[in-house]
Amino acid sequence: MTDPQHFVEIRHAQKSYGKFEVLKDISLTVERGQIVAIIGPSGSGKSTLLRAINDLDPLTGGEIWLDGVQVNKKLPHRQYEKHINAMRQHVGMVFQHFNLFPHLTVRENVTMAPKLLKGISEDEANKLAEEQLNHVGMIERIDYYPSQLSGGQKQRVAIARALAMRPKLMLFDEATSALDPELVEEVNQVMKTLAEEHMTMIIVTHEMDFAASVCDRVLFMDQGVVVEEGPPEKVFRNPDQERTREFLRKHLEGAK
Amino acid sequence: MDWELILKVYPYFLEAAWVTIQLSVLTVALGLVCGALGAAARLSRFALLRFLGAAYVSVIRGTPALIQLFLLYFGGPQIGIQLDAFEAGVIGLGINIGAYMTETMRGAIISVDRGQGEAARTLGLSQFQAFRKVVLPQALRLMIRPLGVNINAQIKGTALVAAISVVELTYTAQRYIGSTYKPFEMFMLSGLLYMAIIYATGKGITYLDSRVRLQ
Repeated sequence: MTDPQHFVEIRHAQKSYGKFEVLKDISLTVERGQIVAIIGPSGSGKSTLLRAINDLDPLTGGEIWLDGVQVNKKLPHRQYEKHINAMRQHVGMVFQHFNLFPHLTVRENVTMAPKLLKGISEDEANKLAEEQLNHVGMIERIDYYPSQLSGGQKQRVAIARALAMRPKLMLFDEATSALDPELVEEVNQVMKTLAEEHMTMIIVTHEMDFAASVCDRVLFMDQGVVVEEGPPEKVFRNPDQERTREFLRKHLEGAK
Repeated sequence: MDWELILKVYPYFLEAAWVTIQLSVLTVALGLVCGALGAAARLSRFALLRFLGAAYVSVIRGTPALIQLFLLYFGGPQIGIQLDAFEAGVIGLGINIGAYMTETMRGAIISVDRGQGEAARTLGLSQFQAFRKVVLPQALRLMIRPLGVNINAQIKGTALVAAISVVELTYTAQRYIGSTYKPFEMFMLSGLLYMAIIYATGKGITYLDSRVRLQ
């Protein structure tokens, strides 16, 4: 295998549960600072692909490279655990259901991992929490518990929590799908800010307008394969594939 | 109701209640240790440990506690285990309640949302760190009440050691019935003392639960 030329390289990703193939030979590259959206019907494998990038759902075949290092290396269990824990520190992930830690305050949610993994002091941790929560506009809620926040606020805290590890890459797994419509915008705003700061992002989303406005590239996935890929104006306005057109049409009808 | 008799014997019942409390505390403590080990085994990634954990739970829950106690106390010496009645009571009942606590703890741990562990892992925490910092604190909150149910059962379950003649509340009642022929008074008295212990324990558990409840 040749050395990776790109910031993120997914080579022939394959994933199956028994006989059922969720991902069928998917290859994808992302450059530093790029924002890639993955769209597609539910069950198309888009979340599985995203979760494979930090090995939450390990692939059954293929390779994932990040910044010159293979994520899913073959190593003995203990060494692999060490390797993957180190890799994951560089990859932030934001979930559909936020997954904030309910027993910790907003501040503690943000500082737990940096304190534990980077051994920073209490003072540094507090500064880090303030900086990151300012970034997402949640500084006023620093000593609240997650249960006291709205969905949009929870997701903004979850983004701050991921950013506090200073990741090279951010993964968003339908970050706004569980939100009430009026709360979507505040989370999108935060993601736009990250885009302006040239954070590399891979975004699984149902929000075509948002994808069109911030992404450099859009992938349309269906039944475990990438059906179509290109700049948003091409994929959304003038797709080559019939399946893409059909999906977008259905989606547009659903939105009305 | 023979009040005079009750007034005469009640100090002995208080002493017996103290033995019941000691039995309860020790068996619950041993049960919690066995439960934690059992739950860890049942959730282990090693098949052998999972099997041993499952075997422990099904053997203990599948046989009467009284048989387990007899086996240990009367059968033990045959295979070189010499215990006095109190020790046999604590060890036998502790291992017994541990099997129930294994299931309680395992249930609490697996009912913590999977996304919690995942979120911790994506930040770079090891499996152990994610468990200790994120999953366990939430599981502990979930297990206090059901463990309270186990403890409640265990306190009453200490009555079984009367069968191997540990002088606790039930045995004491039987002994005084033998000399006074007043079973109603004697059983009422020991029953009331059990209730007092159970009531106080219940209050303690409710308090603990309210202290750690997630908002």
